[in-house]
Amino acid sequence: MQIYLPIAEVSVNAFLLLGLGGLVGILSGMFGVGGGFLMTPLLFFIGIPPAVAVATEANQIVASSFSGVLAHFRRKTVDLRMGTVLLIGGLAGAALGVVVFNYLKSLGQVDLLVKLCYVVFLGIIGAMMFIESLNAIRNTRSGRAPKRKKHNWIHGLPLKMRFRTSGLYISVIPPLIVGVLVGILAAIMGVGGGFIMVPAMIYLLGMPTKVVVGTSLFQIIFVTAFTTMLHATTNYTVDVALAVLLLIGGVVGAQVGTRIGTRLPAEQLRILLAVMVLAVCFKLALDLLIMPSELYSIGTGGGH
Amino acid sequence: MLRLLLLLCLAALPLRAEEVVLGLSADEVAITATFDGSELLVFGAVKREAPIADEPLEVIVTIAGPSVPLTVRRKEKKLGIWVNTDAVDVKEAPSFYAVATTGPLKEVLAQIEDLRHRISIPKAIRLVGASPHVKSPQSFSEAVIRIRKKNRSYQLLEGAVALDQQTLFRTSIQLPSNLTEGDYATRIFLTRRGYVVSQFETTIDVRKVGVERWLFNLSRQQPMIYGLMSLAIAIAAGWGAAAAFQMLRRG
Repeated sequence: MQIYLPIAEVSVNAFLLLGLGGLVGILSGMFGVGGGFLMTPLLFFIGIPPAVAVATEANQIVASSFSGVLAHFRRKTVDLRMGTVLLIGGLAGAALGVVVFNYLKSLGQVDLLVKLCYVVFLGIIGAMMFIESLNAIRNTRSGRAPKRKKHNWIHGLPLKMRFRTSGLYISVIPPLIVGVLVGILAAIMGVGGGFIMVPAMIYLLGMPTKVVVGTSLFQIIFVTAFTTMLHATTNYTVDVALAVLLLIGGVVGAQVGTRIGTRLPAEQLRILLAVMVLAVCFKLALDLLIMPSELYSIGTGGGH
Repeated sequence: MLRLLLLLCLAALPLRAEEVVLGLSADEVAITATFDGSELLVFGAVKREAPIADEPLEVIVTIAGPSVPLTVRRKEKKLGIWVNTDAVDVKEAPSFYAVATTGPLKEVLAQIEDLRHRISIPKAIRLVGASPHVKSPQSFSEAVIRIRKKNRSYQLLEGAVALDQQTLFRTSIQLPSNLTEGDYATRIFLTRRGYVVSQFETTIDVRKVGVERWLFNLSRQQPMIYGLMSLAIAIAAGWGAAAAFQMLRRG
């Protein structure tokens, strides 16, 4: 069944969009990532104009994250206090990121920078998580107890706060900095930032994997809602018909994904996410290295 | 004075000797929510007072979508990776362009007439003067044609116009599903030995209707409300799915 999208001005198959939404929704519920870094390239591929794809994707992530976070709330695996601290940093970072993005746009080559950003960050994060989870799995197999969290310099910082759900007593400064950095990157790369946030929470803040997913979803809702409003009022590129089709599949997928996620051991969950992140990174790197079949591309007029 | 006027009328007469009477299957294309392309039937007759001339008559039909400026970029390998380097602005390129003819375009249309009426696809695109350091700017407009021909936005349909007894003609043009809104200029040219002997112009109105129209207007006129509505739908759907799954688990 073909549906004509009023803002994107293209006609697409409704079932294809439902399927895509469902697939990305499952991943979103399982790993606590919004799924924007997967969905946006997929939407480009089926012919949605890039500006509309990025903006509408933000709206769809609001839905799937909200659906996912409700399931986590019921399971009490959302650290509201940590989520709020990260969100404050995240919103500040996103605002800063938009300024950086516009500055880079005036220099040209912003597309290349976004792609390089993706390749570098996805590569580093994916490889780190992959090696770490592999070690963790090997350790549990050989019967050694996992190492207790180290007492490092992070614990020496002032403004300590107790995060009961995460079982942490640390300074608010590291989560705030993580929030700001992820916010900047999210604005530049046009995604919710879950795939950076999740590893940062696990490895930098030392939060338990189970809590990380729900908390990440919680803060993604607000960041992407903010982005949706920004796009809707400045660029008029949010296509509500496209969003509805994607989010019907997305919310159902998120519910399924959350249930799969709670059944899998934390290490396996992390290794799956690592593999996925590395696969996307590999694909993007190939695009940059291999000669494209069409050297020319058509963009909207007025400045470049 | 009257004589002069009469003379002018007489001089203008050969141009008017053959006239197009046109019919269209629709002079309005409504883009609804389930719009999936549309077939446009263009048909008509040649009205003439004089007997049919010896040289065969040829018919050319063109349909052009609204023109928008574009920026075309070319990739080059720099430091091992493919990056956009040169860019050329295209002043005007129709979002849709179809040319249907009774025979090969080269035979039914002289070069000079193509220049004057901008009939062939390459003539429909106007480049802005590219900066001098850009190599072969012409290749950029060729790229636009190549890319758009591939997704059926530009169509050259040689021999697609059927002409009976040098009087009745008809053709059908497939409008793609990724149609943009606007006035689609439709032109009919009658040619003899490559020269245009008569032309006729009309427009086809392509408009979004119903829900499509309403959503589009809302997004432009009330972006704040539109954005909040999108968010409300997202939140409601998210909540709905969570509640439904909760019920499923209990029940």
